[in-house]
Amino acid sequence: MNIVLILFQLAIILAGPIYMIGIINRVKSLWAGRRGPRLNQSWFDLLRLLRKTPVYSVVTSWIFPLAPIVILASTITASLFVPLVPGFAPYSFTGDFVAFLYLLGLGKVFLMLGALDTGSAFEGMGASREATYAALAEPVIMLTLGTLILASGHMSFSDLVIPQTDAVTSVLIRIALAAVMFIVLLIETSRVPADDPTTHLELTMVHEVMILDHSGPELAIVQYAAGIKMVLLAGLISALLNPFSLEHLPVLAMVVSVTLIALVAVLVGLTESLTARLRFRAIPLFTFAAFLISMICLVLVHSSQGTVQ
Amino acid sequence: MSITNVLLANKSDLETLSYDAFRTRIKSDTVAGNRLVSFFATPSPSAPDQVGELHCVSIKSGRLCHFRSIWSSGVKYQQLTSEVHAIHCFEREVHEQFGLEMPGHPWLKPIRFEGKALKRMNDYPFYKLEGKEVHEVGVGPIHAGVIEPGHFRFMCFGETVEHLEIHLGYQHRGVEAMLPKTSLRKISPLIESIAGDTAVGYALGFCRAMEALCGLTVADEVESIRGIASELERIAMHLVGLGGLATDVAFLPGSSTYGRIRTAIINLSMRLCGSRFGRSWFRPGELRFPFLQSHRDDIRKTLGQVQKDISIINKLFQESKTVQHRLKTTGAVPAKLAEEIGLVGMAARASHLNRDLRTELKSGVYAKFPIDLITEPDGDCWSRGMVRLREIDVSIEWILKVCESLGDVEAGSRVDYSPRPNSRVVSVEEGWRGEVFHYLETGDMGQLTRYKVQDPSIRNWFGLAQAVKSNAIYDFPICNKSFDLSYCGNDL
Repeated sequence: MNIVLILFQLAIILAGPIYMIGIINRVKSLWAGRRGPRLNQSWFDLLRLLRKTPVYSVVTSWIFPLAPIVILASTITASLFVPLVPGFAPYSFTGDFVAFLYLLGLGKVFLMLGALDTGSAFEGMGASREATYAALAEPVIMLTLGTLILASGHMSFSDLVIPQTDAVTSVLIRIALAAVMFIVLLIETSRVPADDPTTHLELTMVHEVMILDHSGPELAIVQYAAGIKMVLLAGLISALLNPFSLEHLPVLAMVVSVTLIALVAVLVGLTESLTARLRFRAIPLFTFAAFLISMICLVLVHSSQGTVQ
Repeated sequence: MSITNVLLANKSDLETLSYDAFRTRIKSDTVAGNRLVSFFATPSPSAPDQVGELHCVSIKSGRLCHFRSIWSSGVKYQQLTSEVHAIHCFEREVHEQFGLEMPGHPWLKPIRFEGKALKRMNDYPFYKLEGKEVHEVGVGPIHAGVIEPGHFRFMCFGETVEHLEIHLGYQHRGVEAMLPKTSLRKISPLIESIAGDTAVGYALGFCRAMEALCGLTVADEVESIRGIASELERIAMHLVGLGGLATDVAFLPGSSTYGRIRTAIINLSMRLCGSRFGRSWFRPGELRFPFLQSHRDDIRKTLGQVQKDISIINKLFQESKTVQHRLKTTGAVPAKLAEEIGLVGMAARASHLNRDLRTELKSGVYAKFPIDLITEPDGDCWSRGMVRLREIDVSIEWILKVCESLGDVEAGSRVDYSPRPNSRVVSVEEGWRGEVFHYLETGDMGQLTRYKVQDPSIRNWFGLAQAVKSNAIYDFPICNKSFDLSYCGNDL
């Protein structure tokens, strides 16, 4: 069983980035009245990049080519702790969610270092914005996980998301926390309304501007790692909403998990189709909304349990 | 139809003032609220003691005025910019083209780099802010996407732009020097490509100037068709602008729809004259393509469909909270500032100034079929967007109305040009971006001796620099898009 689940996780982590991007772009295309590229288009884009020779600016140091490798490695390692279906992660230990956050943080630091290494004013601005976004999003993730710890009484990632009761408040809280994670996903993976992945305007970019100087296989790696991060966050959302447990209905749980991840992609596509990008200065407010929802959930969980443990 | 946007004078008839009177007149005109349209210098190599002439064109209570002053070598030029801010770009241009010293000019920066000045392009005197936390961002001259070259230098404090300096001149082609050397028949295509996005606007200004010079008149119907062409260009370019604005704020419905509707409009142009941009539609004294019942039906049908489509997307665009959030209060130029720095065209109308030659001068077909003046109160990116959005509706209505009044018009035959000798003619035309200005001078044989062109952009670029001040740097692209200025129109 474990082998099947590990293979399942591996398949999702590796294929997910391609298809999530595919679904998002398809939804946007349909909304714009176009047919859109095929679902696995980004696979061909990545292959094309892999065949190219990277070009380096003369001012970059060893940090610059190292950054993509660290980003990919840290993201893949982080994916080991993430439950895509409630109750299972390939590797888990008490407090592993902290390791997860720090691994993602490590990738982010190297992304920013790589950007700063180019010495470009644009990339410096992008790095500064990325740092701001990270500083805003991390407390929200922490608070959300804290709420789940309080609700479940477990300290490892895979057990956190197992539904404890079927009480209405419990279900509502999980939906609310999934919404919080969705906002986090939009910010962390640079989607509209926090960032615009399709813009050509360097002055407004956040994530895209930091990878302007990366080329060839390194660009492919950075883009792929960003895709994996999106799958991980979408996987968390799906695990939060998945009503089936691995013990009783394992196949159904896995199918629902994949469907939910795809639905998250559809939702991201819809958000990008219907809203314009927010001002950079309004992002703290946007994150604060997520923070507030999390906070209310925490208070609800706390009061329903009566005492602090 | 009376053409009021062209002014023809004999060389000797032109109102000539002494230099002091000339200066005083410009100042008093500004105080009286007369609008400065252009200020420029022309050399006069014939008379040894006089170096050249200074010209001023303004609009005084709905009439075009043109006066000049002989500028002799003994007179010391005193800059006017400190008192009349709107003249700053013209004085900079005169300084650059004629080496006229302007002591005390507060902003004597190069506009373009002609001839030998090209070598000094990298020594542009950028304004600098000092401080540990101030950082400098240089953008361009090569940009992402297919846009024209121009360099933007930002002095930022964090994300806030404290100062923006716009360094243009990368597209200088020597237009003004080239035009008098070109044979009269070959000028039209050149004129249409000075700023390719305003082909019709430029062509009409040139046609009217040449017609005045050659004593040609065109039928009222032809004037009506010219009006239709000009408004079609306005609609098409406004649609491009709105699409760009939607793209820059990542509003997908707008970015994918406005462009499509624009294609319907330019394809209509194509069916009317064989060019999607209205090129070669008009020549002085001549309509080159017939305008028949089938064309009128085509216009009615296409514009009817466009009206239907555009109302849907406009509603989405205007009602989207996130679009409002991005555009409102961003890049605001208050009316007072806009007036002071002399904004023109749609940017001025967005800052609540009544600057529209179609309603100010009511020339030709605009007298018979008046067009509504559209203004917006706030001068921000939203206002500039809304002016364009509303002007599209007004222009469509107007075209349909003019179309009703027209019967079949056959293409005209080839006209010979014999310009009047020793004359000066000034012509202004409200292009989609703002007023396009032409000045032509003929010599003893009726040959062109001087051609001066002015794009609205030369005045509005400074407005963009002002608009961005104390805005966030990531909002610059939408400010830039909302002004939608021409780089080549500035560089000439």
